[in-house]
Amino acid sequence: MTTANIIVIVIGLALIVGIAWFFWGPRKGGVRAAATSRGYQEAMVMVKGGYTPDVIIVQHGKPVRLNFRREESAACSEMVVFGDFGKSAKLPQGETVAVEFVPDQPGEYEFSCQMGMFRGKLIVE
Amino acid sequence: MEKSIIEKIPVQTNTKIVKDPICGMEISPDQAFATRTVADQTYYFCSQQCVQKFDREQISSATTGVSATVGLRWVELPLADLKDRQGAARLVEQLEALPGVQNVTVNPKAKLVKIAYDPVNTSLETIVGKAAQVGFSFSLAKTQLGIKGIHCASCVTTIEQALQKTPGVLSANVNLATELAQISYVPGLVDNNQLSQAIASAGYQVREATMAPSEMALGREEQDQAQEYRSLMRKFWFAALISIPVIIFSYPGFSPGLQDWLPKGSNQLRLVWGLLGLITIPVLAWSGSQFFIGMWAALKHRQANMHTLISIGISAAWLYSTVAVLFPAIFPSLELAEVFYDVTAVVTALVVLGLALELKAKGRTSEAIKKLIGLQPKTARVVRAGVEQDLPVEEVLVGDTVVVKPGEKIPVDGQLLEGSSAVDESMITGESIPVEKQVGDEIIGATMNQTGTFRFRATKVGKDTALAQIIRLVQDAQGSKAPIQRVVDQVSHYFVPTVMILAVISGVTWFVFGPTPTFIYALIVFVTTLIIACPCALGLATPTSLTVGIGKGAEQGILIRSGDALQTTQGLQTLVLDKTGTITKGKPELTNVITENGYDEDEVLRLAAAVERNSEHPLASAIVEGAKSKELKLANVRNFKAMPGYGVEAEVEGHQILLGNIRLMSDRNIGLDRLEAEAHHLAEDGKTPMYVALDGQIAGIIAVADTVKDDSVAAIAALKRLGLEVVMLTGDNRRTAEAIGRQVGVDRVLAEVLPQDKAHEVQKLQLEGKKVGMVGDGINDAPALVQADVGFAIGTGTDVAIEAADVTLIKGSLRGIVVAIAISKATMSNVWQNLFGAFVYNTLGLPIAMGLLYPFTGLLLSPLIAATAMAFSSLTVVTNANRLRGWQPKKEVL
Repeated sequence: MTTANIIVIVIGLALIVGIAWFFWGPRKGGVRAAATSRGYQEAMVMVKGGYTPDVIIVQHGKPVRLNFRREESAACSEMVVFGDFGKSAKLPQGETVAVEFVPDQPGEYEFSCQMGMFRGKLIVE
Repeated sequence: MEKSIIEKIPVQTNTKIVKDPICGMEISPDQAFATRTVADQTYYFCSQQCVQKFDREQISSATTGVSATVGLRWVELPLADLKDRQGAARLVEQLEALPGVQNVTVNPKAKLVKIAYDPVNTSLETIVGKAAQVGFSFSLAKTQLGIKGIHCASCVTTIEQALQKTPGVLSANVNLATELAQISYVPGLVDNNQLSQAIASAGYQVREATMAPSEMALGREEQDQAQEYRSLMRKFWFAALISIPVIIFSYPGFSPGLQDWLPKGSNQLRLVWGLLGLITIPVLAWSGSQFFIGMWAALKHRQANMHTLISIGISAAWLYSTVAVLFPAIFPSLELAEVFYDVTAVVTALVVLGLALELKAKGRTSEAIKKLIGLQPKTARVVRAGVEQDLPVEEVLVGDTVVVKPGEKIPVDGQLLEGSSAVDESMITGESIPVEKQVGDEIIGATMNQTGTFRFRATKVGKDTALAQIIRLVQDAQGSKAPIQRVVDQVSHYFVPTVMILAVISGVTWFVFGPTPTFIYALIVFVTTLIIACPCALGLATPTSLTVGIGKGAEQGILIRSGDALQTTQGLQTLVLDKTGTITKGKPELTNVITENGYDEDEVLRLAAAVERNSEHPLASAIVEGAKSKELKLANVRNFKAMPGYGVEAEVEGHQILLGNIRLMSDRNIGLDRLEAEAHHLAEDGKTPMYVALDGQIAGIIAVADTVKDDSVAAIAALKRLGLEVVMLTGDNRRTAEAIGRQVGVDRVLAEVLPQDKAHEVQKLQLEGKKVGMVGDGINDAPALVQADVGFAIGTGTDVAIEAADVTLIKGSLRGIVVAIAISKATMSNVWQNLFGAFVYNTLGLPIAMGLLYPFTGLLLSPLIAATAMAFSSLTVVTNANRLRGWQPKKEVL
């Protein structure tokens, strides 16, 4: 086997891995909040054994409204806390509670319940 | 008064900053554009306009001989919130303390404040600001006017000042970029016409009535779609036209005339092929441009779609061919130095045609919002200063008294003050039975007043009305709807990278193990693998089936708006059904007759029906129909009298009959005995009971209710057999809802859902990870219909629901959904067959292109093999899609 052959095989393998990773590799999930007529980027989050969706993508500089709806009675999900934005809200069961804030800086921000059992992520672009 | 003038007028003081008396800008005296001295006082101006305006005012006051400062102005401002008399007193006190305000009186009943003020020393803005400080707000109108020909910043000031000078205008802001003026004003003092006049007096023109932004967007979207279709068709015809010579000259061996003129390997052939290469450039660059754009967009998201496959295929084919024409010598054999220009041209033409078909199948855009906006009445009859006047609905304020006559649309939301009537609220609530309205009841805008004249106080106007909220909900739901991934793209996402990997593998293999020149052979197999992987019929596979499927739906009375809806319907997991008008008939029917004091049921019904025959009451016809179905003969009626809010009274066969509600009975001192409890039961079951009294004695109860459609039970059972979870959604109380739910056998009942929460309930189900279909007929269902993955409208329902939905069931029966699902399933399996047909021939070509046959037969991919694959895949797809035309729903479904 010549050096050229070895080089070509290596390049070929690298290409194959590259193609497979590029198209099929793991990607960031998440739901993009929809811009509504009221000027908010809104998304609904269901609280039931976790946050669904748990990754929400928004754009920076525009107000965000996340409508939390808690569909369980377990006390540990009673509150949702956005530490980075200094916001928290009590989520009575079966009611839709809106949490509003304006993310100024792009980045990734966590939100969680008061005990940190449930976690979600807000990606600000 | 005197003192305040001195305070206000900007004389040169010790401070270095003075105020321009016209625009109020603070400037330093030495920078002033001009100065004027009047009555020993010096005024400084920031600009020419300000000084000119000042001069004009001076002249006018000089000619009239009366200083403008003397004239007092009166305004009446409507208060938005006034709780008690103490509040009123405080407001008067605070406003009178303002310099320039002469006299303030509050009329707490009419919620009006009358203010006399001196426009020189104070302004409406100051007064409104002060009131806000004290905690009162006025109902003010805001409007937006488009202005033509604003081209400089100074125009803005001119227009703003012209508007602000108009009595009644509180503030005016003109935006240079959007050419829009935002004006807040006191309605009654000034109206849209006067505002336009003010702008005209400043030398500018108001643009014609501006459409609501959503309406403009809709129109644009439709135009865009039509334009894109035309452009795609032009691209298709161009590519198709070029394809003809390209096909003929690519294979001169098949045309007897050309065979001798263009022998293999000749220079003439090279020249002709070179020309083919040139004429396919615009096919690639123009007709095929959207493939490259689409590929790039997908690559940015690390995705491979149909566009990726096509662009790789057509450009690889073109490059290979061009190299073959320009440098035939580098190819190891003459057979390999052939051209694939026909692949470039034909694939582009057919896939572009597919895109055009797909656009057609996408259907027209929803006009739900246009229809909703159309529901809003244009004018309202408002009582202002004791006079009824017709005003544009935009000028109606919270607190205004509005008069509505029978047959008129109610302009805004409010609370009934005086009078009573039956109001048809079906357009908003979906409730078919008109609602009796008494003093204090809530009135919904855009609903239809039926029987009586009444006055109501406006509580919600403009963007706060129930209708405006529905419009917003529909808009939001439309905005948040994610586009559906095309099946072709789903397949391509796996197919494209696989082909690329195979191309790399075969290239490397040929380089390592292949014959010399290894590099050339490696490149040839690499490129030809990419060429053969691009199926010609790919673009046609989906739209041909979807078009046939949509046509099949129409045959069965199911109008499917878009291919997307057809694609999604078969995957639905949960179906949400609105109760009224969807599961039920949406029309009241006679359900119960209960008698007392020994009266016969049929006799009571017969007499009641005779009376009700004369009534216009919506429930009356249900009773008359009920009597007719029992073949009772209705007698003649004398002295018929309708009492709105109570019932009716008449004489039949010598009996004096009363028919009406509990108020009528207690009014006439008629004892109800046990019937009151019966009526209560009936009401709890969602029925509407009416008492019948004969000659001053209670005779019985007649109840009517909205009943379940004949085939609802069977249809729901069929849906459940298909594995769908069926949910009933209603605003009714839980007890009624569950009674109907049990009757029709739904899995889940969501009761007491407020109209605005219907979309939320659907969204909640979607968050559970389910594909949700929604079936409804009312305007209040529209947001939920849009929110759902597939919205089904009952064909007998409102226009708005039909526009908001993806699918319309013309026959109004829930069985239509079962059929729609069957059509969707048949269509989608046809699509998958098509995709198989599109891919299979090219996939069979793959091993040849990779050179698997080469060691045995010396065969590599030739243009002829590629062309055969193209022809077969197109033929298969078109034939198979046509097969769907013969599809019929199975008997048990119908």
